[in-house]
Amino acid sequence: MSGGLTSLSFPKNAHAALANPPLLKAIAHIEETLVSGRRRAAEALPEFEALRDAGRDIKAHTLAHLDLYLEAFERKVVEAGGFVHWAADAADANRIILDICQKAGARRVTKGKSMITEEVGLNAYLQANGIAPVETDLGEYIIQLRGETPSHIIAPAVHVNKEQVAADFRRVHTDLDPKRNLDEPTSLLAEARGVLRERFLSADVGITGANFLVAETGSTVIVTNEGNGDLTQILPKTHIVLASIEKVVPTLEDVATIMRLLARSATGQEMSVYTTFSTGPRRAGDPDGPEAFHVVLLDNGRSAMLGSEFEDMLRCIRCGACINHCPVYRSVGGHAYGSVYPGPMGSVLTPSLQGLEKSAHLANASTLCGRCESVCPMRIPLPKMLRHWREKEFERHLTPKKARFGLAAWRFLAARPRLYGLATRLGAWGLARLAGRDGALRQVPLAGGWTRWRDLPAPEGGTFRTEWAKRGRK
Amino acid sequence: MSSRDAILGRIRRSLGASGSDAPRLAAVRHRLAETPVNVVPARGQLPSAERIDLFVRKAGEVFATVVRLGGRDDIPAAVAAYLRDRNLPQAIRRGDDRRLADLPWEREAQLAVTTGPSDGSDLVGLSHADAGVAETGTVVLTSGPDNPTTINFLPDHHIVVVDASTVAGDYETVWADLRRRFGAGVMPRTVNLVTGPSRSADIEETLLLGAHGPRSLHILVVG
Ligand code: SF4
Repeated sequence: MSGGLTSLSFPKNAHAALANPPLLKAIAHIEETLVSGRRRAAEALPEFEALRDAGRDIKAHTLAHLDLYLEAFERKVVEAGGFVHWAADAADANRIILDICQKAGARRVTKGKSMITEEVGLNAYLQANGIAPVETDLGEYIIQLRGETPSHIIAPAVHVNKEQVAADFRRVHTDLDPKRNLDEPTSLLAEARGVLRERFLSADVGITGANFLVAETGSTVIVTNEGNGDLTQILPKTHIVLASIEKVVPTLEDVATIMRLLARSATGQEMSVYTTFSTGPRRAGDPDGPEAFHVVLLDNGRSAMLGSEFEDMLRCIRCGACINHCPVYRSVGGHAYGSVYPGPMGSVLTPSLQGLEKSAHLANASTLCGRCESVCPMRIPLPKMLRHWREKEFERHLTPKKARFGLAAWRFLAARPRLYGLATRLGAWGLARLAGRDGALRQVPLAGGWTRWRDLPAPEGGTFRTEWAKRGRK
Repeated sequence: MSSRDAILGRIRRSLGASGSDAPRLAAVRHRLAETPVNVVPARGQLPSAERIDLFVRKAGEVFATVVRLGGRDDIPAAVAAYLRDRNLPQAIRRGDDRRLADLPWEREAQLAVTTGPSDGSDLVGLSHADAGVAETGTVVLTSGPDNPTTINFLPDHHIVVVDASTVAGDYETVWADLRRRFGAGVMPRTVNLVTGPSRSADIEETLLLGAHGPRSLHILVVG
């Protein structure tokens, strides 16, 4: 994990992020690019809301029959000449992939962008076993050079600026002419394209994720803009797809429906540049394509989410819309979460995958404003699930002592309306006395975290309940 | 127990379902056999001429360039003109696809045409699409002995021929056509849906064309 960040140190990480102006400047762009792009794309398609309903229904149907669709998918892959491997957890997946690489005698491995390989920590595992994987998505390549993790699921290097990229290229691309101008994104892209071309052409194994697995045909589908995923899967002799079990959908029609939601929600494009269906290895007479095709199906905690209050999360298509629209993400960036998946989707998913003990703070990294749910193409009730996690956190005594005390005190009062009325009246009276002439509080006992950054307006009249009662009587 | 059985067993336990439950099996069989259509946007549901116009407009919106040709025999001249306009050498690589092989290439004496998969040294590749999709200006390319996939990705410039009669309103029409040609549940090894030239916005969210795939996509709509 980048800089040793963990989900448990979210409050500390968030403070550090808030004191990092270049980071804040970088993520500020998201509003003009991804957020307004999504809005325009959704508005330009009258059927967008109906597609969201259809997308939700497809995934709900698939999850209810997940075992059967996975079996159907497996049959079809095998029919097409491919292999299917089942991985119960991250360690399983890593071991299976290393084994395939070793049997293929692989020394060089290229990778398409894939969050799932981040989830299982594949790069570190391969590296420890003598195989150096090269990330080929431009953003992933940049963060690999920097020894970081992605800070966003679709824009992994969104926190890096072009000066930093130029410095990284000069550091790592040792045969780069020092006089070469790397001031602009175009020259940086040209440099990366040249270096990565070599890697593509010399790779023995290509590893990609999948946006969809199609039960009807045994196809794996990747959706990209750069074309790196395609070069990763067609050039090497062996193509390995690592995909989690909930990526399966029944038919090509179902892919079409969700495809119409994916790019619009992610980047505001109507369609990503490359949507590629791969079915088995190259056929007799084919002049190119991989000679061996492996699909590794990963569970890693997902089967236990089925039938639980977190099942809806398995509809997620990793578009990133909830992240882009999250005011917390937009204030602190992705690394502060200390988890592979940031933002609202990450805060719901991470505790399911790695246990609440290791990620108890994440459910609180949200204002529950509801913007995520309102844009989620799969209509996942993210705020509701964040609340579930908060309840579990409290039940399991993972909430910090101070907060537990506050919540317990509040519960005590809330269950006793007359006492509650008295306490709030007293509080309002006290605050009004503490305020300066302008009615603003510059310091409030126990609320230093608030007043350190802004004033608190002092209550002017009675409490809400006394006002309500007064007006009701009139 | 194998991981496979363990995972499937856990899924069934979580769902409280069995793998031999007749109604569940029937539901899955039905969906896979009938491939029901979900929501299809009205946008592409147009008479032929307007559908092709929409395809051309949508492809342009994603930075592809499009030229319309009266007939197949105009393709070699259109290819040569594209190369001239961009100051590119008169050389292309293409697959052995009959739809490209049976063209009057001899009319462009300057043009060097090589065939077979690309090894990354070609500047310009030429492919024949199986279909276009008007809804998003997408071209659909399938792999096969005469249609190398490498040509779609390695050359700097990709020229794609689309028969106007194959421009569909939506993806679902293309799926139905694939099933007709290859059989139900069978796909060619690679099906590429390509919508504009390769791009990236990974550096400071600045949109740049030509990331790893072609820097430009040029579509010749025939007929
Ligand atoms: S939770 Fe919804 S909005 Fe967030 S990444 Fe998943 S599908 Fe997209």
